[in-house]
Amino acid sequence: MRAPADFERSDDNGEAVLRFSGNLSLACLGDLPARLETVEGDVARLDLSDIGRMDTVGAWVVHRFARDRGARIEGLGADEQHLLEQVIAAEHPIQLPPPPPGSLTRALSEIGGAVINSGKTLYGLLGFMGATVLALWHVITHPRRFRFNATVQRFEVVGVGALGIIGLMSFLIGIVIAQQGSVQLRQFGAEIYTINLLGRLTLRELGILMTAIMIAGRSGSAFAAQLGTMKLTEEIDAMRTIGVSPMEALVLPRVFAVVFMLPLLGFYSSIISILGGGLLCWVDLGITPVTFIQRIREVVPLTDLWVGLVKAPVFGAIIAMAGCFHGMQVEGDAEQVGQRTTTAVVQAIFLVIVLDAFFAVFFTNVGWT
Amino acid sequence: MTDAARGDDREILIRVRGLRNGFGEQIVHDDLDLDVRRGEILGVVGGSGTGKSVLMRSIIGLQTPLDGSVEVFGENTIGREETEAVDIRKRWGILFQGGALFSTLTVSENVQVPLKEFYPGVDQALLEEIAAYKVVMTGLPPEAGPKYPAELSGGMKKRAGLARALALDPELLFLDEPTAGLDPIGAAAFDELTASLQKTLGLTVFLITHDLDTLYAICDRVAVLADKRVIAVGTIPELLALDHPWIQEYFNGPRGRAAVAGPNRPVHEDKRG
Repeated sequence: MRAPADFERSDDNGEAVLRFSGNLSLACLGDLPARLETVEGDVARLDLSDIGRMDTVGAWVVHRFARDRGARIEGLGADEQHLLEQVIAAEHPIQLPPPPPGSLTRALSEIGGAVINSGKTLYGLLGFMGATVLALWHVITHPRRFRFNATVQRFEVVGVGALGIIGLMSFLIGIVIAQQGSVQLRQFGAEIYTINLLGRLTLRELGILMTAIMIAGRSGSAFAAQLGTMKLTEEIDAMRTIGVSPMEALVLPRVFAVVFMLPLLGFYSSIISILGGGLLCWVDLGITPVTFIQRIREVVPLTDLWVGLVKAPVFGAIIAMAGCFHGMQVEGDAEQVGQRTTTAVVQAIFLVIVLDAFFAVFFTNVGWT
Repeated sequence: MTDAARGDDREILIRVRGLRNGFGEQIVHDDLDLDVRRGEILGVVGGSGTGKSVLMRSIIGLQTPLDGSVEVFGENTIGREETEAVDIRKRWGILFQGGALFSTLTVSENVQVPLKEFYPGVDQALLEEIAAYKVVMTGLPPEAGPKYPAELSGGMKKRAGLARALALDPELLFLDEPTAGLDPIGAAAFDELTASLQKTLGLTVFLITHDLDTLYAICDRVAVLADKRVIAVGTIPELLALDHPWIQEYFNGPRGRAAVAGPNRPVHEDKRG
């Protein structure tokens, strides 16, 4: 059964004939196509009467040779003839893809494409924010359309579910800040200022920022993937036809959840960081918890808490909207879900950090230093 | 009717014995036996939820049954890893219900995947040509080759899936509802294609279908799945002679009668002639 395909050349009344033998099938072809190309001179006939099994690939190879050299194919059984005819009927010129452009052109076109793409995405995101606000307005004017259960469920997934990981992260960050700060401040004999560093840094910046990054990775990505998959399976189209607005049923509960949960989680994160730092101060620097808490109350102004809490809902809105927006943009195939999820997280974190810089300048200028 | 009684001694390509499948509490198959002989087109019918697709998945080794044995080309397929049983994998082609094309590859690249996987030595130009004629052979327009699956309609995806299933010129072809979702003309063309490939390549086809026209037009035998087993296998006249309520309703219902009464397709005559 497994005879490899072969051919030999002979002359018959001055005509060149290629006699094929063995199986003309994909598994048995071997280097036959390459060897056929090395055949020189005119070939008048291809004799296939001795071959075993032939499949479409074998038929194609024989046909291609016959076509290019103007040779006749003979000696086929009825079934094989039929197969050959089918393959010939399916022939059509293939357009090969154009050769890739030079590296400079390609680099330029990729940069240009990326710029246009970012512009479009930001424009789209802006539009999506508008649509979210409109949906919000619609829900405010028709309060019965508010999806209470969906929202509460998101609260649980986004907020309660994140308590463990955010607590652990914050505790460790508190320890690291206190430890690194104390090493540096010890050089000036000012170890006591570790508490200032810890208290102000976590409440003003790090607590919220780290929580925002964690939520972007945890919930922003989940939103993009969930909505993207729903888009692919036409669930969102189905909702629309039933008269359910995806903005109200899917996007708003998610935006609400992150907007409400991020301040709470940020505050929680700050407190845990301070606890972690306090533990290190106690163990490493010998500052007792009572002293630590007194000192924290003296050096951390209440405005630091406000700075953190004002930023949090804004970050939350950005994260949720970036996630939902990219989810809703998914079209076509499964790979897009992955791409859009990545973009959602990267964009959310980037925008959060940019906004944080603006907030820092703003709060300094209004005197909340 | 047993195979011995029929006096059919053709080689059995798929042998399923005592198959038992279930998900949790729910048992889908219980003590299911089935033989598929070389060179035949076996239609598998059954109501929704009778486990037609599960049977196919068990045969091709995607679903590990609770009990029983499955042999394809005389080799066990149960519990084999993807990289095992390569010899069998070269000899079968599978068309999944939705086409199951690789979404990041073009149609032409999809067809080339099995070729490249099993025959890495074939040069790229020949691969492109093979993919091109396979695509046209399954009834797709030539322009479909460089397209991505997301750009194709449901019926076109199915044809592209068939092109990939046929990439290696397999001996055994599994088709899961190939004509579902196709327009009647497209479905008839698909039947014709299946029948003509079966004739020219000597294919054995395991065909899951709900399409009565397909059953009448191209199937040599039909296996009926009900009550967790294959309750009957045979030609349609043989099945009609049985006194099972589901079979009677299936073939003698309004749609069944329409399929018999309808004008026979060219394929039908081809096969008999």
